[in-house]
Amino acid sequence: MLLEELSNASGVAGNEGEVREKLIAVVKDHVDEYHVDTIGNLITLKRGTGPEPRLKVMLAAHMDEIGLMIVAIEQNGHLRFRPVGGIDGRVLLSKMVYVGKDRIPGVIGVKPIHLLKPKEREQVLEIDQLTIDIGAKNQEEAQGLVKLGDYAAFATTFATLGGTAKGKALDDRAGCAVLAEIVQGGPYPCDLYAVFTVQEEVGLRGAMVAAYAVSPDLGFALEGTVCDDSPKKKDLSPTTRLGGGPAITIMDRSVIADKRLVKLLMDTAKELGIPYQIKQPGVGGTDAGRIHISKEGVPSVAVAVPCRYIHSPVSLLDLTDFQNTVKLMKATLARVKEF
Amino acid sequence: MAALDFLKQLSAASGVSGYEAAVRKIIADEFQPYSDEVRTDKLGSVIGLKRANTGQAAQGKIMLAGHLDEIGLMVTKIEKGFLRFTQVGGFDVRVLLGQEVLLHGQRPLPGIIGSRPPHVLPADERDKVIPMDELWIDVGLPEAEVNDLVQVGDLVTVTRTVVELKNNLVSGKAFDDRAAVVCLAECLRHLAAMKHSWDVYAVATVQEETGLKGAMTAAFGISPDIGIAIDVGHGDMPGVPEADTLKLGQGPGIAFGPNIHPKLYEKLVAVAKANEIPYQVDPVPGATGTDAWAIQVTKEGIPTALLDIPLRYMHTSVETLSTTDLERIGRLLALFIASLDDKTLGELKA
Repeated sequence: MLLEELSNASGVAGNEGEVREKLIAVVKDHVDEYHVDTIGNLITLKRGTGPEPRLKVMLAAHMDEIGLMIVAIEQNGHLRFRPVGGIDGRVLLSKMVYVGKDRIPGVIGVKPIHLLKPKEREQVLEIDQLTIDIGAKNQEEAQGLVKLGDYAAFATTFATLGGTAKGKALDDRAGCAVLAEIVQGGPYPCDLYAVFTVQEEVGLRGAMVAAYAVSPDLGFALEGTVCDDSPKKKDLSPTTRLGGGPAITIMDRSVIADKRLVKLLMDTAKELGIPYQIKQPGVGGTDAGRIHISKEGVPSVAVAVPCRYIHSPVSLLDLTDFQNTVKLMKATLARVKEF
Repeated sequence: MAALDFLKQLSAASGVSGYEAAVRKIIADEFQPYSDEVRTDKLGSVIGLKRANTGQAAQGKIMLAGHLDEIGLMVTKIEKGFLRFTQVGGFDVRVLLGQEVLLHGQRPLPGIIGSRPPHVLPADERDKVIPMDELWIDVGLPEAEVNDLVQVGDLVTVTRTVVELKNNLVSGKAFDDRAAVVCLAECLRHLAAMKHSWDVYAVATVQEETGLKGAMTAAFGISPDIGIAIDVGHGDMPGVPEADTLKLGQGPGIAFGPNIHPKLYEKLVAVAKANEIPYQVDPVPGATGTDAWAIQVTKEGIPTALLDIPLRYMHTSVETLSTTDLERIGRLLALFIASLDDKTLGELKA
């Protein structure tokens, strides 16, 4: 399954090569052109079958995942690191990672409970207090195995659990897998620029550059988005619900979606009986945040597969939500027209 | 089988305190070829007896103890398909966030201990440790299915595939204390080719993490003349004073202090030195927190010693130790046992 392969691949922001290679292999026979730009975006073009002039629609899914970067190698052989992208440090304790291109296994350990003073048990450990242990005896040995600037990704293995699937980096390998399926489908009336972007997690960077180069008429960001539907003390409505279908963004912290695109998506969904939901407004940001203000502006929207526990070592999505996102996007692309 | 392979097999099995059946079977099968008798006592500890083989009556009984139970979690409430839980044994709740687990319901269900993503957390919440009653387990199934497959009281174990690091270090869950059971197997394996005049009881005890109960009842049943517990001791790691730790890969800790019979301590050190087995002195001023604490005060008292396996990150899913240390402990125990004779008991009293 492509989603499985992509989830297991390493591609921390700034180091997306492995993911990109897999996507090139999958899409290259289904597109008319593709190239990799200077920052690492994979930009592909699948020409449409409609009459000229055709609409240029950019679909963006980001290849990068949150992870860690090695910033120091201590005398005792342990590695110090900093987060790449936004990580709540509390999820890092007692986890396993792979470091560098040789995927050296390492563990993020914690002072054992037996040695903690009572006050220490109430303290959240800061990321700069943690280390990765690869079993090296000393600094010299560690320096022979890893170097400053090496990326570390979580060591999580993808698996299906009945109708759901767990794995790392579903934000946004889910979006990448959706986009890859769209590309393999069609044909579509519009010119489809399927862009697999880089460095979304560190500031929506790849999308800025890709949108400038592509100059699309419309933009869709495809994401694996926040799903916070588990029990809480306060009665808060969830950002999205697992099983509720693709989540359409009306507004998040990076963009107010073009309401015509929102309406098109909703109308298409209703007509075809595809379940959908509206993402809780005001949460998170996506590549649409950059696309919509590119050059003189591009009407844009984000459509996402709800994923629980994003930005942690293991996240969870509903496979039916995934399929419905593909369905909704394919049907919508058949209907986009100039506004 | 080889130490690392046995460790991996034991680590992969699920056996929270009180629910150790699956692990018991693996151990009984491994002890069988090297024991004269393998039995399970009333609480569930596995006892491998290897009788003295010098042709004369046994000159004493020695009991070795390593516990086979692991710390785990138990379902307390089913809330709209999500599971609330409590702990069986002592967890630092901070290490549970984002941990993969296995929920032992009607069938084993992989799950995740969920965390709310940073995007929805207000800044002041990110500075707090999330208490256990605000965590949940997500098995990724619809509510109706969860209600069918899970009930209050179901056990949960943490999931971790053993990983090999550098320098013969390995990381995984439940090394505390199944690594000690590996040492017991190693010891029995060595004894198969040695003469010893004492009966050996290799005991994989149950319910250590919840009160040393398997050790109490096994020691009572066996009534040994000497007891040696093998457990894990804190390994060196950044941020912990050297005084409180043992170095990985430099041999077992041999414990010393009120819980330990001083003559047994000296004898173990002497055997280690004579056979060039590296060891570290492990001073413990009070309770060792191991089966040794229970064995020492069984019936009218039993001379007791403790060997520690240096282990980093105890009670997490990334416990880390050196497999070389396990091999050393197996050898040390066998050589120690072979050195016991008809004078030993007298020497202990002197």
